[in-house]
Amino acid sequence: MIGSLLAAAQNADAPVLVAQNVAFGIISVLMIYSAIRVVTAANVVHAAAFLVVVLAGVAALFILLGAEFVAITQVLVYIGAIVVLFLFGIMLTRAPMEGSEKMSRDNWALAALTGFVLLVLLGYTLWDGFGKNKIPADLQPTSTGALSDVIFGQYLVPFEVVSLLLLAALVGAIVIARRD
Amino acid sequence: MSASLFGIELSYWQVTSLRSLGILAAVLLPAGTFVYLFLFKMVSFMQSRLGPMEAGPFGSMQLLAEVGKFLQKEDIVPERADAKLFKLAPYLVVSTVLLVYLAVPFGPEMTFVSNFDGGIFYVLAVSSISALGVLLAGWSSANKYSLIGGLRAAGQLIAYELPMVLAVIGVVIQAGTLNMQGIVMAQASGSIFGFDGFGNPFFLTQIIAFVIFMIAVQAELGQTPFDMPIAESELVTGYITEYSGLRFLLFFIGEFASAGAFAAVAATLFLGGWAVPAAWADLDSAIFNLLGPLIMLTKMLILGGLIFFIRFTFPRFREDQLQKLAWTVLIPISLANILVTTILKVAF
Repeated sequence: MIGSLLAAAQNADAPVLVAQNVAFGIISVLMIYSAIRVVTAANVVHAAAFLVVVLAGVAALFILLGAEFVAITQVLVYIGAIVVLFLFGIMLTRAPMEGSEKMSRDNWALAALTGFVLLVLLGYTLWDGFGKNKIPADLQPTSTGALSDVIFGQYLVPFEVVSLLLLAALVGAIVIARRD
Repeated sequence: MSASLFGIELSYWQVTSLRSLGILAAVLLPAGTFVYLFLFKMVSFMQSRLGPMEAGPFGSMQLLAEVGKFLQKEDIVPERADAKLFKLAPYLVVSTVLLVYLAVPFGPEMTFVSNFDGGIFYVLAVSSISALGVLLAGWSSANKYSLIGGLRAAGQLIAYELPMVLAVIGVVIQAGTLNMQGIVMAQASGSIFGFDGFGNPFFLTQIIAFVIFMIAVQAELGQTPFDMPIAESELVTGYITEYSGLRFLLFFIGEFASAGAFAAVAATLFLGGWAVPAAWADLDSAIFNLLGPLIMLTKMLILGGLIFFIRFTFPRFREDQLQKLAWTVLIPISLANILVTTILKVAF
């Protein structure tokens, strides 16, 4: 982060967004720490709590990029719904107060390798796609109206296909859950 | 960055500290008013008794006495409890209430975040976080009553989140914007069949959405008839059983402050928010920065009175009846409401 700050400072015509850079640094450190704790925590509820921090960090990064609608959606869907359902499931089935149970599986090395490969793949894609592109200094928030115009105009068909897919998944889940 | 207040130039940190004070006032004043007016006095009147009379005239200082009492009490953490999450949970619940107020406008310039495009969507998103605090509180107490209470509360919050969101969509379609200020303006300057004498408060044209929204609010707040999560006859007090002292006080403040927050949101969505109909006064004049909060508080008190009147009138729903009401009655009706609103919006 300091390196990128210095690099930006040397580039005289690009203004340095100090506040944004500092905020990005703090959020990233918090997110990386929490992400590591998600997989190393001895208690599954603690892991879910750290997952909340990671997901909230993603929402904060979206706000830094001026994408408020996506940030709000991140909070509503991931924190408000998915993590709550995680916790709900954990507590309905087994809610160990002590971290006695062995949390890691024997295949953890394979999982770590998969994670690393994914990281490299995504990192390369981002690097390849954006390279040295800079975010414009006068970045304006993406207007929610403009976003909905794009979704319900240009991307209407993919949007409808995705909603049908979700509906099918929902119906499938109910069919599997009902035993009668 | 600077702003001016009544002609005085303020620097950024002054604006920020004023906003922080403002949000504390916006959270604590309605919460305190609700507790005194409704929990102490209205219920006493309904039950033919006087309520608190000793502290101050008509017991008006009783609330301060209660706060003092809770602050003196020992802050107990059960031995087997998960101390960190146990201590964190009440703060999580209270902070969601503080976040809700950010998007609510109290006057033409009296907003915490100005020109906030996703306003009402943001309110619904942050209010859903409180389920997390409740679940963590229930689990970390290491008490079966707390755990069952937390699970019931979270299940209820999830179930009634949906009708609430769907009811709001009707209003959003009619106003044509997610921006809270825009929704206020749409009501103030709207007209019903060409008559604009009192604007178009959405509780008239969106009466179904209003009723569904208020029922969902009642359930989200866990007020009777939806108080199964803290049903005292079977669960002690549900997820707050193990809490004492300051942390119990935080849950208590959270309950009444979120009653205030949801009353504010409902007042903005359905009663026209801080504004009066545009035909009555010039809404852009600076005087509404002072009048706005007062008008808002009046509307919040009306809706709060409704919430607590229902709370003290009806018996409790059973857990299965409560879930059934949300999934088989409220959600279909609110979906139908969206459909009808869309058709009418296109037709007119």
